[in-house]
This record gives sequence, C-alpha cells and structure tokens, in this order.
Amino acid sequence: MQGPVCPVPLRHDEQIVLGHGSGGSMTHNLVRNLFYAAFDNAPLLAGDDSALLDLPAGGRLALTTDSHIVAPLFFPGGDIGRLAVCGTVNDLAMVGARPLGLTAGFILEEGLLIATLQGVIESMRLAAEEAGIRILAGDTKVVERGKGDGLFINTSGLGWVPPGREISGKNAQPGDAVLLTGPIGDHGIAVLTARGGLALESDVLSDVAPLNRLVEALLSSEPEVHVLRDPTRGGVATALNEIARQSGVAIQLDETGIPVNPCVESACELLGLDPLYVANEGKALIVLPEARAEAAIKVLRSLRYGEGSVQIGVVRAGPAGRVLMRTAIGGTRLVDTLAGEMLPRIC
Amino acid sequence: MKYLSEYRDASLTRAVLEEIGRTARQPWVIMEICGGQTHAIVRHGLDQLLPREIELVHGPGCPVCVTPLELIDKALAIASRPEVIFASFGDMLRVPGSGQDLFHVRAAGGDVRVVYSPLDAVRLARENPERQVVFFAIGFETTAPANAMAAVQARALGLRNFSLLVSQVRVPPAIRAILSSPGNRVQGFLAAGHVSAVMGYWEYPPLAREFGVPIVVTGFEPLDLVQGILRTVQLLEAGQAHVENAYSRAVTEAGNQPAQAVIRQVFEECDRAWRGIGTISMSGWRLRSEYADLDAEHRFDVSGIQPIESPECIAGLVLQGRKKPSDCAAFGGLCTPEHPLGATMVSSEGACAAYYRYGRFADTAA
Repeated sequence: MQGPVCPVPLRHDEQIVLGHGSGGSMTHNLVRNLFYAAFDNAPLLAGDDSALLDLPAGGRLALTTDSHIVAPLFFPGGDIGRLAVCGTVNDLAMVGARPLGLTAGFILEEGLLIATLQGVIESMRLAAEEAGIRILAGDTKVVERGKGDGLFINTSGLGWVPPGREISGKNAQPGDAVLLTGPIGDHGIAVLTARGGLALESDVLSDVAPLNRLVEALLSSEPEVHVLRDPTRGGVATALNEIARQSGVAIQLDETGIPVNPCVESACELLGLDPLYVANEGKALIVLPEARAEAAIKVLRSLRYGEGSVQIGVVRAGPAGRVLMRTAIGGTRLVDTLAGEMLPRIC
Repeated sequence: MKYLSEYRDASLTRAVLEEIGRTARQPWVIMEICGGQTHAIVRHGLDQLLPREIELVHGPGCPVCVTPLELIDKALAIASRPEVIFASFGDMLRVPGSGQDLFHVRAAGGDVRVVYSPLDAVRLARENPERQVVFFAIGFETTAPANAMAAVQARALGLRNFSLLVSQVRVPPAIRAILSSPGNRVQGFLAAGHVSAVMGYWEYPPLAREFGVPIVVTGFEPLDLVQGILRTVQLLEAGQAHVENAYSRAVTEAGNQPAQAVIRQVFEECDRAWRGIGTISMSGWRLRSEYADLDAEHRFDVSGIQPIESPECIAGLVLQGRKKPSDCAAFGGLCTPEHPLGATMVSSEGACAAYYRYGRFADTAA
C-alpha cells in the first residue's frame, strides 16, 4: 500500500506525475535514483538542507544565478542540461572566478518522460565533469501539465576569485583591444532551426561549452585582462554595448573582422536576422591592453574552445557608451542594442 | 557566402562610388522606394560615402509602416477574441495601434502567433479546426503571391475556420502619388528589386515617360545599390527618362508569371489608405468577391473603430520622402523603438528604425 502522501496508486517510472513533486517517497526516489546517482559528491550526498564547503583563504566569492528555458530541450550540439551548467559556469568565469559548485533547481512538467529527464541529467553530469565543478544542492518541483514547457532548470553558481583579479565590465579603457574567441551566432541558429516550423534545415551545432578552463589558462599567462563577457542572449552587439556603457567608452568594430560560420550567415540572411544579435553559449569577449592582444590570441588559439580567436575591435574614449562599426565598404554605423526580440522581417 | 559576398565587395563598391562622383555634375534627388534598401544603405554606411551631389530620400516601401492604423486596430480587436488564433509576420507585432500593439494583446491572453509564411497559417487552421485562424495579409507585391496562395489553399482544403485580414498595397500607384504631389523633389527612382522580381518592370515605362523620371530596378547589396544609383545618375545627367534593370540576376521585364496569375485569381485592385499618406487611388488589392467569405473584416464585426494617430509623428512625410527621420522633433527622444509613436520606428524596413538602429545621431558622426 502507498501512503496518503502520494495520490498516485501505480508505479510511475516512465513519466513525471504530480506525485514526483509531493515531497514523499516518489520525490525521494527520483532524487536518489536520478540526481544523486549522476551528481555524486560528498556535500550533496550528506543530504542536509545546505551543502557545506571549505573556502580558500583570501580573495572574493562570486555568486550568480540563471534560469534556463529552451525549446526544444535537445538541440544540435547540446541540450537544456548542458546549457544550464555551462551558462552558470561561464557567468562565474567571466568575473575571473574559479567555480566552486553549482545548485540546480528543476521545475518538471507533469508528463515529462523520465528518460528525457535522465538524458538531461546525464548531460549535466558530463558538462560538470568537463568544467571540473560539482553540483552540490538541488530542488525539484512538479507543475501540472500545461503549466511548464517540459522542463525548466535554474542553476546558481558559487565561485572564488583569487586575490588580485579585477575583471569587470567597467574596466575597459581607451587603447584596449577587443577579442572574440570564435565565430558568432551558432547557438541561436542551431536552436532556431531545431525548433522546426521554419522549413529550414542546417548543420549548425550550438557552441554551448564551459569556458572556465579557457579563462583560467588565459589569465595565468595574461593577467592584465580588463573585461570578460560571454555574449549570450542579445549576442555580441548587446554584450559590447553593456561594456561600453559600464566603462563609459566607445568600442569600434571592423565588420570584416567578425567571424561568422557560412551556414549561420546564410540562415541569418534568409531569416532577416543579424548575427551580431544572435545568442552564443560558448564564446567570450575579452578586453585587454592592445599590446597584449597578439600574445593573448596565441594562447587562446592553443586552447579548447579558443581555436577561432581573433581581434574584432578596439576601445576608444568616445563617443562614450556607443558601439560603432566600420562597414566592409568603408562607412560607419552604430551597433545598437535591440528594443526587444529580434523579429523576422516580412519580405 | 556565395552570391552574397561578391555583391559586398568593398573595392568594387568603392570604384562604383568614385564613378558616381565623376558622373554627377549637379545635385540630384533620388528615392529608393523599398525600406529594405533604406536599411541596407544606412547599415552599410553608403549614405556617408556618396558624393555630396547625390541625396537619397527614403520611400514608402515599408509594408508595416503604410498599413493603415484602422486596420491595425481591427487586427488588435480580432486578435483579442478568445476563439481566434491570430497569425502574423513578426514585424507587425510591435507596430502601435491607437492604444496598444499585438504584443499587448498576446500578454493579455490573445493567441497571437508569428509565422514566416501565410501557408503556415493555413496549416494552423487545419490543426486547430475548433479555432478561427486569421492571417494578417499585409504587404506589397512581394507578399501578395503567398498571401493569395493561402486563400487558394484554404479554399481547396475547404477550411471554414481560416480568413485573411487584407491590406495589400502596390508600388506603381505610390510612385505616381509621390510624383504628383505638389512638394515633390524626387528626380529619379531606385525601383525595389524584390517587388520587381514578382511583377517585372513593364508597369514603369509609362510613369517614366509621363513624369520624365528615370527608374532603375535595383537590388539590395552594396554593389547592387551603387550600381542602381550610378545608372540613375547617368540617366539623369543625360536627360533620359528611361527604365533600366540593374538587378537582372533576379528580375525580368515580365516578372514571375505564375505569381502574378495567383494574385489576379484572388485579388482585385482597389483604393487603399496608406498610413501617414492617405488614400491613393487603385493602390492596393482586396479579395475578389469569389473569395469574400475569407475576408476577416466580414467574418468579425470590427466596424466602428476610430483610430487615433500620434500628433507628434511625421511618419507620413518621411514615407513620402519629404522629411528625414532626423528632422523629427520626437526622433530618438519621445519616439524610440521601445516606445514608437509611428510604424516607421518599428519595422526592420522603416526609415526611422534604420536611422535609430544604425546611429544617425550627431555624436556618432565618424
């Protein structure tokens, strides 16, 4: 006999039912069999209300959180699980923090296949392993069918910034170079084409990847990095505008120098999108003194996920807060932030 | 990218720009009709590279911008109905009606969906037989064939839950209206390449002759645009009011015959109101009487709508090429893409949006 806690009389091991969110034995089994098995580590398995960590002496703590919603859950090159781990790991890496651990909150929609959840969890395990980070605490809630999009994941990350590291969006200075670690727009186009409904097929893979090892290697040979930023939602254009505003400087780009994969370029042309505004999940923008640019690019190109690194622009004193681009044919235009979603054009 | 990078070749483009400089011996005012061309010109910075003699003014060829306010208000009313799935091109969602836009309607519970093709709206109607699917069939000659095809398919499938809210407009009557207006300054036209790919350019010679203006069919890439401008300037300098095709890789004189046939099958010419400009005689298409049952304006009672246009907005003058977006007191202040007063600030083909997005502000002058 089942207890009154769980309203579901039959075993449900194929799909998520409301009972999985009841806090009773079904919840317990789900957590133990899926999450503990995959994210196996001592602070997590201690099973207390909080994971306990020993901290390095000195330096600063970095804390970040990000909620992940994506349709479809699995897309070429990644899935919501890899995205949830990499997104938060990268947010830590972009302030120069070494990740200490992640938390993961899952909002599961009634009817979600357990096999799907397992696939996502496995992917999180692999991404965490690649990044060298542990998932230390978690939470699961189940919402009624129709009240969620299959699966939402929130991840929070805790990191440690060693003493002496001062990386911030407000640190860009005139005379700095702006580097980019590879071609832009892959993630956004991969997800868009995987979503279907566009009758558009492509071989584009999402670039979703953890960048903490790349950042760590870069900083160990180029400690003078002023700004790091991952150009996710809103793309490179939005990230650079944030930096220009935070630092009170202008950023001057060269249109011919911005790498875009041919497939992404074609898809953007067809759909009326500008790759500068399309999301990336495995790229970093790096601002550092121009004298160090060449050496930094050399280091980056020797690293995984940094093979395509190039300089795309320079930082100037003004006009403050603006991103300008020299067009291929020699004109100049502003690269602004978008008001809202990028909307496909009519004709 | 093949067939694209060739037409963005910087050295070729600069060579043509120099040729324009050598050719132009006096000031000329040239209008590019199409909003897509306006955006390409500003995005690539061509306007900054042209010789001083050449002034480009921006035309009314932005389908979102010229869709009348009354029709947008009707769209909002229809989209708010619980039984309706309202399908639209993405561009239309942020266009302000008298009070709100389709995003507001969606947030308030209206079922508003972005489709890339009107045929996707037909599919929605098949998949949702218990709902009324309404497609917002707006645009120039470029969207007309696919919109007409949606009507044909819906009819063939016997769909009773599909209808079209139509505001189709045509380029040649707009050119005539601009040239006939008392304040007209336009001396030559770049005809829109995409429109011409559908319609050909057989409609232009009578206009060119009657008003004594050259009309050059022009594409959208930098090299296409400067070629079109060069030919227009050459014709102007030679005093020749000819029609030429500088976009022959996509356009023939007769145009796309099957596309024109399906337009004729479904639509008939009618007077149309253009937002900001007013009614232009026989400047649009409406559903023929055989297809009247697919007309959303008949299916849903949306009469009695009283549209209210923002008093600050000068979109009408911008669309007629009589003002530049930066001439507007509201530009970039009261009127921004976040809070547009007029459709020209919204659309990816609107001139105000192009000026705003690519930074035609004083402090960004290079």
